[in-house]
Amino acid sequence: MNILSVLVIIPLLTMLALFVSKGQKFVRTVVTAGFGLQLLCAVAMAVMFLQERAVSDAPMLLCSDTVWYAPFNIHYTVGVDGISVVMILLSAVVAFAGVFSAWNMERDFFAWYSLLSIGVFGYFISLDLFAMFMFYEIALIPMFLLIGVWGTGKKIYAATKLTLMLMGGSAFLLTGILGIYFTSGASSMNIMEIVQTGIPVNHQYWIFCLTFIGFGVLGALFPFHTWSPDGHAAAPTSVSMLHAGVLMKLGGYGCFRVAIFLMPQAAQELSWIFLILTGIGVVYGAYGAVVQTDLKYMNAYSSVSHCGMVLFAILMLNQTAMTGAVLQMLSHGLMTALFFSLIGMIYGRTHTRDIREMGGLMRIMPFASVGYVIAGFASLGLPGFSGFVAEMTIFIGSFEHADMFRRVLTILATTSIVVTAVYILRTVGKVLYGPVQNPEHLKLDDAHWYERFSAVALIVCIVAIGVWPSGVQGIIYDSLAPIVEHLNLF
Amino acid sequence: MDLSNFLMMRQELGLVAVFAVLLIYDIFGGETRAMRWFRPLAITLFAIHTLAGFICPMPEGEAFGGMYVNSQLTVLMKNLLNLGVLLVFMQAGEWLRQEGTAIREGEYYVITLATLLGMYLMVSAANFMLLYIGIEMASLPAACLAAYNKYREKSAEAGAKYILMSTLSSGVMMFGLSYLYGAMGTMYFTDMAPLVRFDYMTVLGFIFFFAGLAFKISLVPFHMWAPDVYEGAPTATTAYLSVVSKAAGCFALLLTLHHVFGAIGQVWYYMLWALTVLTIIIGNIFAIRQQDIKRFFAYSSISQAGYIMLGVLHGTETGLTAVIYYLLVYMFSNMAAFGVIASVENKTERTDIAAYNGLYKTNPRLALVMMLAVFSLAGIPPLGGFFSKFFIFASAAAEGDYLLVFIALVNTVISLYYYLRIVKAMFIDSPEAGIGVRLRTDGYNSVSLVLCTVGIIAVGLVSNVYGYINGVGF
Repeated sequence: MNILSVLVIIPLLTMLALFVSKGQKFVRTVVTAGFGLQLLCAVAMAVMFLQERAVSDAPMLLCSDTVWYAPFNIHYTVGVDGISVVMILLSAVVAFAGVFSAWNMERDFFAWYSLLSIGVFGYFISLDLFAMFMFYEIALIPMFLLIGVWGTGKKIYAATKLTLMLMGGSAFLLTGILGIYFTSGASSMNIMEIVQTGIPVNHQYWIFCLTFIGFGVLGALFPFHTWSPDGHAAAPTSVSMLHAGVLMKLGGYGCFRVAIFLMPQAAQELSWIFLILTGIGVVYGAYGAVVQTDLKYMNAYSSVSHCGMVLFAILMLNQTAMTGAVLQMLSHGLMTALFFSLIGMIYGRTHTRDIREMGGLMRIMPFASVGYVIAGFASLGLPGFSGFVAEMTIFIGSFEHADMFRRVLTILATTSIVVTAVYILRTVGKVLYGPVQNPEHLKLDDAHWYERFSAVALIVCIVAIGVWPSGVQGIIYDSLAPIVEHLNLF
Repeated sequence: MDLSNFLMMRQELGLVAVFAVLLIYDIFGGETRAMRWFRPLAITLFAIHTLAGFICPMPEGEAFGGMYVNSQLTVLMKNLLNLGVLLVFMQAGEWLRQEGTAIREGEYYVITLATLLGMYLMVSAANFMLLYIGIEMASLPAACLAAYNKYREKSAEAGAKYILMSTLSSGVMMFGLSYLYGAMGTMYFTDMAPLVRFDYMTVLGFIFFFAGLAFKISLVPFHMWAPDVYEGAPTATTAYLSVVSKAAGCFALLLTLHHVFGAIGQVWYYMLWALTVLTIIIGNIFAIRQQDIKRFFAYSSISQAGYIMLGVLHGTETGLTAVIYYLLVYMFSNMAAFGVIASVENKTERTDIAAYNGLYKTNPRLALVMMLAVFSLAGIPPLGGFFSKFFIFASAAAEGDYLLVFIALVNTVISLYYYLRIVKAMFIDSPEAGIGVRLRTDGYNSVSLVLCTVGIIAVGLVSNVYGYINGVGF
C-alpha cells in the first residue's frame, strides 16, 4: 500500500480503536501510539520522498491512483511535492504535540481529534479536487463538537460561528470546483491534469474569486476572518493548537494549489484585489492584537496577521515570496501551536487568561514562562527562530516586484512586525515579569512532564528551522519552480 | 385477454400476493395468539419480495396497450420504494404494539402495502389515467395511516388535513388532465409528446397538472399541509410520507416533465427553477425555528425536495441518476432519524427537540445514529449525503446552471445551522430537560437503524452503488 494512504489510515484506525477502548490509561496509550506512529510514518514518508526526488524530476512523487467514481472522473489520487511534505510533517508534529497538551482529556475528545487529523492528512496528500474537498470538509466538522463540548467561554456561539463560516466558504469552493471541472472539459478532476488542459480565460475570473475566497475563509482572509478569534479563544488547548497551527494552513495551501495554480491568468490580473484585502488583514490583525486583554484573543489576532502574510506572499506570485509563504505556514504553525499550548498551561493553573490579572509568572512557573518568551521571539521574527527566516523571505520576495503598488503594500505590511513586537513584548513584560497580581498564583506549580514534552518538541522544531533553514527551504524552492514557471507562461 | 400482460407486472403481482396473505391472516388471526407471528411474517414476506426485486430478472416492455411500462429504471425505482417500506415496517412495530393501536396492528401493514401498489403504478404508468389512479391509490389510504392513532386528536387532525389536501390536489390535477385531453385527444405519454405545443390550453392544463403533483411532493408554495400532517401523524407514517411517498412523486414528475412536456420546456423551466429556489429557502428558513422534531423534519424534507428538483430540472441522464441516488441516500438518512425519533417517542411520548438534550449521555448509540443522519442530510463527508449532494449539484453545473448551484450551496450552510441544533442538543446541552432514561430499542428497529447507518456510510464511499444506478440508465 502507498505510504501516503497509510497517513490517512492510521488516524482512522486510532479513531476506531478509541471507540472501543475504555479507561483513561488505555485511551492515552492508544492515542500516543497512534499519533506517534503517524509522526514516524510522516518522517519515513519524507525520507522516501527525498530519496525519490534524487532520481526523479516528476512534479509529484509517491503517486498512486485508483478510480473511484468513473462517470465524473473522480479518482482517489495521492501524491506529494516538497510543499505537501513540509505541511504533512508540520501536521504530524503539531498533532502529536497536541496529544500531550490534551493529556487529561477523555476518550471522545481524542476520537474527534483523530477524525480531524484524517481530514488534514487526507487533504495534503490528495491531488484530486473531489477527494481534496472531501477531506477539507471532514476536517471542519469535528471542530464543532471539539469546541462545543470541551471549549470554554462562549463556546456554542464560537463553535457555530466557526462551523458556519467555514462551511459558507466551502459553498464558494464547491461551486468553484464544479466550475473548474466542467469548464476545463469535464475530463479529469486531477489537478495536475487540469493544469495541462487549462481553463478558458473568461471562466477563470469567477472561478478564481470563488475558490480563493472559499479557501481564504479558512486562511483568515480579511474580512472573512471573524470566526478565528472567537473560535480559537473558545477552543480547548490542543484544538486551538491544531486549528491555528494546521487547519488555517489548509486555506493557504488550497489558495495556492487550486486557486492560483489552476487559474494563472486570473491570478495575475485579479491578485491586486486580494493583495489589498490581505494587506489590510496583516496590519489590522496586528493592531487588533495590541488591544486584546485575553491571551488567547491576542494570539488569535496575531494568527490573523501572520496567516494574512501567507496569503499576501502567495499573491505576489514569484518564487521567493511563495517560498516565504510556505515557510511562514510552517513557522506560524509551529509557533502558534507552542503559544496555544503554553497559554493552555497558564490558563489551566491560573484559571484566567486576562493579562491584567496576571503577573510575575516567571518566578512561579519558569518553564512555561521561558517557553512563552521563546514563542514570542519567534513570533516577532527574532533571528535564530523560524519566524525570521519566513518573514525575511516573504519581504524580499515581495519587494522584488518593481511596481509601486506592490512595494508600497510590502512596506505597509512590514509595519506589522513592529506592532507585533509591541504586543509581544508588552505581554511578556506584564505577565511574566511584572508584579504578582494575585497572591493565590504563588501556590501554583510548573508544567507537568507531558506539557513540557509537548512544548519542547515544538521549540526544537522552531529553532531547527531558524538555525538551519536551507534544508527545508531548498525542498520548497525546488518544488515551486515548475509552478512558478507555469504561472509565468501567461 | 392475454395473460402475458400480467406476467409483465411481476413485481405488482408479488406485492399483491404479500398483501393478500397478510390480509387473510389478519382477518382470521383476529385477536388470537397467532397474531404474535404477524409482524415477523409481514417483515419476512416483504423482505423476500424486496430481495426478489433485486435478484430476479424482470421483464422489460409494455402491457395493456402501452398503458403500463416496465423498464430497468422502473424496476430500480420500485426496489428503492420497497427498501423504504421495509424500513418503515421495521420501525413501526414497537409503536403498533402500544395500547391504542395494538388491536389493529395488521391493518397498518396491509394499508401501507396498498399505497405502495399505487406508487408502483405511478412509477410504471405510461398513461395519465393510470398515473392518476396510482396517485389516488397511493394517497387515499395514506390518510388512514396518518389518522391511525385515533385516540390522539392530532393524529385525527393530520388524517383529515391530509385527505382534504390530497383530494383537492387530485381535483386540480384531474382538471388539468381534462384540458390536456381536450387539447390532444389522448392520454398516452408517447402519443402526447409530439402533440405538445405552446398553446393556452396545453399550458393551462400542464400548470394544473403540475400543481397537483407538486402538492404530493410538497414543493413551495404547495407545502402548507406537510408540517401539520407530519407533526400529527404517527412517526412511522411521517417517515413513510416523507421518504417513500415523496420519492414516488419526484420520479413521476421527472418522467412526465421530460418525456411528455419536453416540447414546452421554456414554460416550465423557469417556473421550476424559481420553485426550486423557493422550496429550498423557505424549507430551510422555517426549519430553523421549529421546536417539535417532527415539524422540524417536515421542513427539512421540504428543502430536501428542493435539492432533488435540481436534478429533475435538466432531465439529463446524469441528473436522473443523481436524483435516484439522492433519493436512496435521503431514504437511509431520514429513516435513521425517524427510527431514533420513534424509539424516543414510544417510550417517553415526547417529540420536542428539548427531549434530545444530552441524549449522548443517556443513549450514546441512538445519539450517534441521529448525528450521522443529520450530518448526512446536511451533506457532510464522508457520509452519503455529501456524495448525493455533490452529484446533484454536478448534474446542474454540467448544464452551466452555476447560479442555482451556488444558491443551493449557500442554503446547505443554513440547513447545517439547524441540523447542528440537534447535534448541539444531543452532545452539548445538559441532559436535565432531556428524556433522562436509557431506552431499549426493540430488535427490528435496531436492525433498521443498523441498516440505515451502514447505508449512510457505505453508499457514498463504495462507488459501486452509484455505478449500479448509473448502469441502469433510461
